[in-house]
Amino acid sequence: MSVPLEHDYIGLSDASSLERSSESSNISSDSETNNVLNLKATELRLGLPGFAKNSEENATKFAHVKNFMSGAKRGFSDVNLDGSGKWALNGGSEADLGKASSVLFSPRSGINGGLEKNQVQQSISPPNIEEKKKEHVTGNGALPSAKAQVVGWPPIRSFRKNTMATNLSKGGGDAAAEGSSGGGGCLYVKVSMDGAPYLRKIDLKIYHNYLELSKALEKMFSCFTLGQCTSSGLRGREGICESKLKDLLHGSECVLTYEDKDGDWMLVGDVPWEMFIDSCKRLRIMKGSEAIGLAPRSMEKCKNKN
Amino acid sequence: MAYSFPEEVLEHVFSFLSSEKDRNAVSLVCKSWYEMERWCRRRIFVGNCYAVNPKIMIRRFPEVKSVELKGKPHFADFNLVPEGWGGYAYPWIVEIARGYPWLEEIRLKRMVVTDESLELISKSFKNFKVLVLSSCEGFSTDGLAAIAANCRNLRVLELRECEVEDLSGHWLSHFPDSFTSLESLNMGCLNSEVSFSALERLVARSPNLKTLRLNRAVPLEKLPTLLQLAPQLVELGTGSYSAEIRSDLCSSLLEAFSRCKNLKGLSGFWDVVPAYLPAFYSMCPRLTFLNLSYATTQSPDLTKIVSQCHNLQRLWVLDYIEDTGLNALSMSCKDLQELRVFPSDPFVADANVLLTEQGLVSVSEGCPKLQSVLYFCRQFSNSALTTIAKNRPNLTTFRLCILEPRAPDYLTFEPLDSGFGSIVQHCKNLRRLSLSGLLTDRVFQHIGTHAKKLDMLSIAFAGDSDLGLHYVLSGCESLRKLEIRDCPFGDKALLANADKLETMRSLWMSSCAVSFGACKVLGQKMPGLNVEVIDERENLDSIPHNSPVEKLYIYRTVAGERFDMPHFVRTMGKDNRRFK
Repeated sequence: MSVPLEHDYIGLSDASSLERSSESSNISSDSETNNVLNLKATELRLGLPGFAKNSEENATKFAHVKNFMSGAKRGFSDVNLDGSGKWALNGGSEADLGKASSVLFSPRSGINGGLEKNQVQQSISPPNIEEKKKEHVTGNGALPSAKAQVVGWPPIRSFRKNTMATNLSKGGGDAAAEGSSGGGGCLYVKVSMDGAPYLRKIDLKIYHNYLELSKALEKMFSCFTLGQCTSSGLRGREGICESKLKDLLHGSECVLTYEDKDGDWMLVGDVPWEMFIDSCKRLRIMKGSEAIGLAPRSMEKCKNKN
Repeated sequence: MAYSFPEEVLEHVFSFLSSEKDRNAVSLVCKSWYEMERWCRRRIFVGNCYAVNPKIMIRRFPEVKSVELKGKPHFADFNLVPEGWGGYAYPWIVEIARGYPWLEEIRLKRMVVTDESLELISKSFKNFKVLVLSSCEGFSTDGLAAIAANCRNLRVLELRECEVEDLSGHWLSHFPDSFTSLESLNMGCLNSEVSFSALERLVARSPNLKTLRLNRAVPLEKLPTLLQLAPQLVELGTGSYSAEIRSDLCSSLLEAFSRCKNLKGLSGFWDVVPAYLPAFYSMCPRLTFLNLSYATTQSPDLTKIVSQCHNLQRLWVLDYIEDTGLNALSMSCKDLQELRVFPSDPFVADANVLLTEQGLVSVSEGCPKLQSVLYFCRQFSNSALTTIAKNRPNLTTFRLCILEPRAPDYLTFEPLDSGFGSIVQHCKNLRRLSLSGLLTDRVFQHIGTHAKKLDMLSIAFAGDSDLGLHYVLSGCESLRKLEIRDCPFGDKALLANADKLETMRSLWMSSCAVSFGACKVLGQKMPGLNVEVIDERENLDSIPHNSPVEKLYIYRTVAGERFDMPHFVRTMGKDNRRFK
């Protein structure tokens, strides 16, 4: 899922952000806030791949924050994470906090490392301020007129999104199927796997081709394929490598199928990607043996449609 | 003094207490009051199905007639809670079926309800009357068929925005011909077509039917027939409001509407054809509730409508109403209490409608009774917020969603701290607040200082540091529900306010900066809390302790940790086998 994105509207232009970064070193004469500001730079911040402007962004941001924090000392009483000593501060007022015996943040070197490994770039929200546009990289490179998606934002319920989607497509013939047609940039479909105790939901619009989709599904359902894995003689959890899982999902063991708008079950991969996401209502990972009858039918259907 | 009143008298006195809070207070007075109260409690509300065990509930309150449960956290509505997280109704239904054979009402929200559960409900309670499912999922129309077939005394069947596996519309036909007690039917979220003749006959034999919300599949042509059969309706949800323009349909619709003298609420209006709107104009002066939030009606028509709704109390509408329509609203609807304006096209960068902060400002000026606001728009300013706050200090719910995350005051480019600060300062009875736009820790300082009655707070893409969270947790005395996403709040504020968490129903934090280690410590230190880490990444065990979790859901509970979790949810600090 998404992680905090560095996203800054305070510095309006590139030029001004550069100015401010030199300003900020002057502003931080107060050593306390200086600590805070510098430590912020090492704190959790996640940029996009190739987006290396973190330090400038931080500087502009803190320059502004400084305006609000000027003069006041901020900080918490020491909080021990190892569990020793009194660590709960009950209803402390600002005055209590003013003791500020320790700085607000301790550098956590592990964070950036940990997160960079897991940059799940589901979506990026493009800025609406001109100057920032070139700093942000969207999936297709160009700034689309439709906004790239942040998961769950704006906060609109699925029912409403689905309904509005149908409205926007000029009151399309079939009513929006529940949960499977998205408003704007989302297309959530349920994914079930035979034998798995619960369903998953994925947003089809974040993938661009079948390869990405299958990779994501492998990751999501890897825990469930363990049963098959051990019976096929593979090692335990640590030993599974991606290619084995791929074989599992694309080999004779498991087959990925989908239910289309007409309610028929088809093999995934037969039709062009765009056509697939247009008609896919839900996905199902079924045992290879069950899927045998599907291939010819899906080919026929394609022929009939054309 | 303890033996001054006989039980029967006390019980009679208690029967006037309907509020949960009052009853809970009463039960704390002394042992005998506790005993008496528990025997005469009839309604139970469980805000978090994992906070208490159904067995405990049944043991304490043996004669309950109505149970209401909520499952998933609120942010599940926006796909932030992965499928399989939990919230299963079945274990509750099983216990309730055993413990309350005379139960009459079940209300579930954000829970996973299976057909099995519905069948069990339909067969376990001889006097079952009310089933309301809001934002639930996991069942199909087969489950509904079981309810229809078996619940002889059913009065209310409401499906509000549920995700139903729609196998067919045949379920409606399962209501037996002898079934005449229906008072409320809401099938608005279903897709498939029900047999119209079955629907017609059902409506015809339900003299007490007051609320009827049709689904989109019911065509406009059929509406006059239904209205003729149920002129006593108080609330109507139309089906699709579109048809070829025919004068006979126009007139029969007009006539049918005019017969419904008791109609106070209208909703539905999918696929509106404007030519048919005047059919219900005669109803407008009587309307207290109007939901046009699925209608693609444009501003001129909307303006015409609201201008006639002089008694309107609640309006739900799309941003097509624009500032001009809201201005008309402010002049015509002096009884307005609740306004919700939804975005017609939220995923487009530029505004396609002329709806700005000005619309809300007008309404705040013109509608003295305005208490509850939900407003989606693309720009806002501190001055507008301050004006609204000063105009309407009686606001109890203020939810503003500026579509672009971290959007500043569009006039000054400053954060919206002072604007929201004005809101909490002036609106002393504010109970629910949702923030948006560019916000620093400062806004949380204002909230912590002033929002003493605040019960629920929703935060997204805001704040600078742990201080923000600390202000809220330490300052908001009445806070029970806090939900946060994409904010730089981390361990310190959370751990420093751990005790506060036990006074709240729940805390949700996703895409923030709380580490695994802190969650574990919190879970270990606070036995009264379940600290659930929801994290779908691979190799979770090899992620360092000081790395942030993806999502965190903390709630108080007397039921201990739960065991119905999927692999990506872990209760921290309790079960050492699962996560060291």
